[in-house]
Amino acid sequence: MPDSKTKIALDVNGESVEVAFAPHKTLLEVLREDLSLTGTKHGCELGECGTCTVLVDGTAVLSCLVLGLACAGRRVKTVEGLATGGQLHPLQDAFAELGAAQCGYCTPAFLLAAEALLARNPRPDRDDIKRALSGNLCRCTGYIKIYEAVELAAARMRGEPAEPARETLYGIR
Amino acid sequence: MASGKRGLRVVGKALRKVDATAKVTGTTKFADDLFLPRMLYAKLLRSPHAHARIVSIDPSPAAALAGVKAVLTGKDLPIRFGILPVSQDEHALALDKVRFVGDPVAAVAATSEEAAAAALAHIAVRYEPLRPVTDALDALAHPEPRIHDYGDLGNLHKLIHLEFGDVEESFRDADLVREDTFFFEGSTHLPMEQHAAVADWSADGKLTLWSSTQTPHYVHRALAQVLELSPARIRVIACPNGGGFGGKSDPFSHEIVAAKLAMVTGRPVKITLTREEVFYCHRGRHPTLMWVKTGVKKDGAITGMHFKSLLDGGGYGSYGVASTYYTGALQTVTYHVPRYKFQGARAFTNKPPCGPKRGHGTPQPRFALEVHLDKIAEQLGLDPAELRLRHLVPPDSLTANWLRVGTMGLGRCIEKVVGGSGWKDKFRKLPTGKGIGLACSSYITGAGLPIYWNAMPHSGVQLKCDRGGGVTAFCGSTEIGQGSDSILAAIVAEVLGIDPLDVAVVTGDTDLTPVDLGSYSSRVTLMTGNAAVQAAERAREIIARHAAAKLDVSVERVAFAEGRVFDVERPERGLTFADAVQLAEAAGGTVGTVGSYTPPPSPGKYRGAGVGPSPAYSYSACVAEVDVDPATGIVRVPKIWIAHDVGRAINAASVMGQIEGSVYMGLGEALMEEMAYRGNRNVVHKIPSLLEYKSPTTLEMCDVVTYVVEDPDPNGPFGAKECGQGPLLPVPPAVANAVYDAVGVRVDEVPITPEKVFKALRRKEKGEAGRFGPTAFPDIAWPEPIRVPPPWEGGDGRAVARGKEQRAARAARD
Repeated sequence: MPDSKTKIALDVNGESVEVAFAPHKTLLEVLREDLSLTGTKHGCELGECGTCTVLVDGTAVLSCLVLGLACAGRRVKTVEGLATGGQLHPLQDAFAELGAAQCGYCTPAFLLAAEALLARNPRPDRDDIKRALSGNLCRCTGYIKIYEAVELAAARMRGEPAEPARETLYGIR
Repeated sequence: MASGKRGLRVVGKALRKVDATAKVTGTTKFADDLFLPRMLYAKLLRSPHAHARIVSIDPSPAAALAGVKAVLTGKDLPIRFGILPVSQDEHALALDKVRFVGDPVAAVAATSEEAAAAALAHIAVRYEPLRPVTDALDALAHPEPRIHDYGDLGNLHKLIHLEFGDVEESFRDADLVREDTFFFEGSTHLPMEQHAAVADWSADGKLTLWSSTQTPHYVHRALAQVLELSPARIRVIACPNGGGFGGKSDPFSHEIVAAKLAMVTGRPVKITLTREEVFYCHRGRHPTLMWVKTGVKKDGAITGMHFKSLLDGGGYGSYGVASTYYTGALQTVTYHVPRYKFQGARAFTNKPPCGPKRGHGTPQPRFALEVHLDKIAEQLGLDPAELRLRHLVPPDSLTANWLRVGTMGLGRCIEKVVGGSGWKDKFRKLPTGKGIGLACSSYITGAGLPIYWNAMPHSGVQLKCDRGGGVTAFCGSTEIGQGSDSILAAIVAEVLGIDPLDVAVVTGDTDLTPVDLGSYSSRVTLMTGNAAVQAAERAREIIARHAAAKLDVSVERVAFAEGRVFDVERPERGLTFADAVQLAEAAGGTVGTVGSYTPPPSPGKYRGAGVGPSPAYSYSACVAEVDVDPATGIVRVPKIWIAHDVGRAINAASVMGQIEGSVYMGLGEALMEEMAYRGNRNVVHKIPSLLEYKSPTTLEMCDVVTYVVEDPDPNGPFGAKECGQGPLLPVPPAVANAVYDAVGVRVDEVPITPEKVFKALRRKEKGEAGRFGPTAFPDIAWPEPIRVPPPWEGGDGRAVARGKEQRAARAARD
């Protein structure tokens, strides 16, 4: 049953790690089971929902479809690597501020997909955001607070002193 | 109950949720994130047959495999369970019969998930297939072979017949009587988190189960029943749910099996369902065929309504009896219905069991009613918004079926969406292909009665005030993403004048927390909120007494705000909250209080009156704009305006999230979501995957304009009513009505797929009725009605014999 383990070295959230695992394991499994990084979630393990999204060399990938072995020598970023020194990433901060995380299960994936978007396009419009996040399913939010949080974070990352609109938080009264 | 807006510092604000940081950093521990030392992994063997007798099961080849530690079959867990006391019809593992493709029949625990999964193939099961019942009409036509050995008639699980006044007479008094039939397809919750559970058994006879459940209290009861353990030796911990929507409200086979496997092996056992298995757990929206007949006056005033529903229940009871009642309960709380008759039936079929999905049994009839009213308005030449506005149920009134409506903000909701959407300039005035539609709805803020009969509170909160100024709130409520932990913290913080982040919440743990019945029926904010208010006010009283003595003022002058306890007339004279707690603790010992909440008794006293009553009803109005391509039938929804009467928002941002999320889920049901089966292939699920089960992505989701209407309800904490389910309800009918406005065809069935629109358009072109939907409701052998005179016909909420009812009605008229 258990295959003999293979050891690889890779960069996870800015740290070099060596990890040994059965060669059939996906990156998702290696992260969760062998590196205890349970912030990365799964919703189908078939590449359908986007819930396991992580960044590999800066590109958003579905970790359930990537073999762990394929990540030897590469840079992997998970939700655990977003905050720095106890300081939330602007995307995390905006998601928390607007309630863009409800159950929070799909949130790590959305954060990483959004980070990949903002890295290549610091000024995305609403359609850019929709397209970039169209591979990620969320059943709680209706996506709207997620768009608004990405827009808020993008503005702040550009150095603009952005605040959420009152209607975003309170609706129209 | 606590109310009044003056001086609120926490309630009503858009504060960060207390668990927001954990959620955005990925540190929230969902059930599958738990790893215990020596943990085993379990897998379930599921039936490949929709309906079959189990002839034999031989688990021994699997048990002999390397890595396999235990194998269970039905005879290891022979005691039945089920969420409702009247439907104890499930076995953790099928004992003698399987009732749907996916019904669990055996379980394996092994040292790895792979080993457990591989072992399943070595369990030899011999089945004797039986004729499967494919849907509700099939169940009606084939009372044999019976799926269960109980139920009202053949394969009909439940038959309901309620009559509130003589509707036939009311139809004779009407200017227009209209009949319509509708179908609402089943859909599933599709939480992003697959159900998972971890069980641990300790040698001193204590069982602990961590689970993604919305109802730890009911799981606690089911485990005690099936495992024959004292509830005092069982601890159920509800992990934060990665989405629930009703799909994690039943006690499940996998929870009981994990617990039993832990007991058998003496090791922790984890089970995580695959996405395919989540589809088999289901308990989602019942596919429902409906017929409605309404009499109206020329001005749209309803004289009477007769509503029939036929629900496809799937293989087990689940919440189905309640679901069936709910398809008839809330028709009366929006527009005044002076006489009302309801006939509801639920069929057993050989498919995954249906149960409560967001809106539980009410989105189906709401769809029917709101489209039906749209047709009536057109026939009468009335604006559909105007028709509704004219005939609203008055606040503080009783309905024909004896529901007590308190605050009622639907009128304001309609005005908001009509004004905001430019309704008057658009309705019947947009170019072909573009359309606008309106619909309204109402939902309960918590079920007025518990699931099992008892006289105890529905929610309890315990508070402990620490010397350092922190307060811990213990409550059985379950965080499923709706923000219940934050509501609990906000209410305690408001009453005690402290920061919500200084309130630690301990929730959903049957060892540590007082019972709360669970996160279902939109009950938590109101019920735990009221319990929290009571507990916090009691703590405040204790602390204020000692602070008053210290400050040398009367207790009435002691105020709590911003972490201080002070003289309200000389605010500079005061002490910190922590110092005030210390004073109280020094004088009277540990500062701890409890609070609890029981809903008010229901005015209805007839059999069936238990479903529908609620401490408060929320109201929603919705306008949807659609683009319909007549060449393909494809419907796109660019924008929805939604107004929701929430009573009072406790957390404004959470209310927005709940409303937008409800609109999203309603849009999915309106346009694409369906639990579809291959009827000709042994009722095999057609699409048990996230790719094939269509749900809206960012590319389908519409823009949403949200209006929050606040009309504080005296039964809610600070006036709060629900907002997590109600705003879903008006979306499917608003979309259907907009499709008609756009292209002039009626799709009386959801989801409104391109194929259905296309077919209706082709029929219209051929000169036939431009409609897609069911054309008939079957004959059903209904039982004699339970006759309950409406409040205005001399009734007292009790059922009467027929003659007596007529006499009472005559006496009331004369």
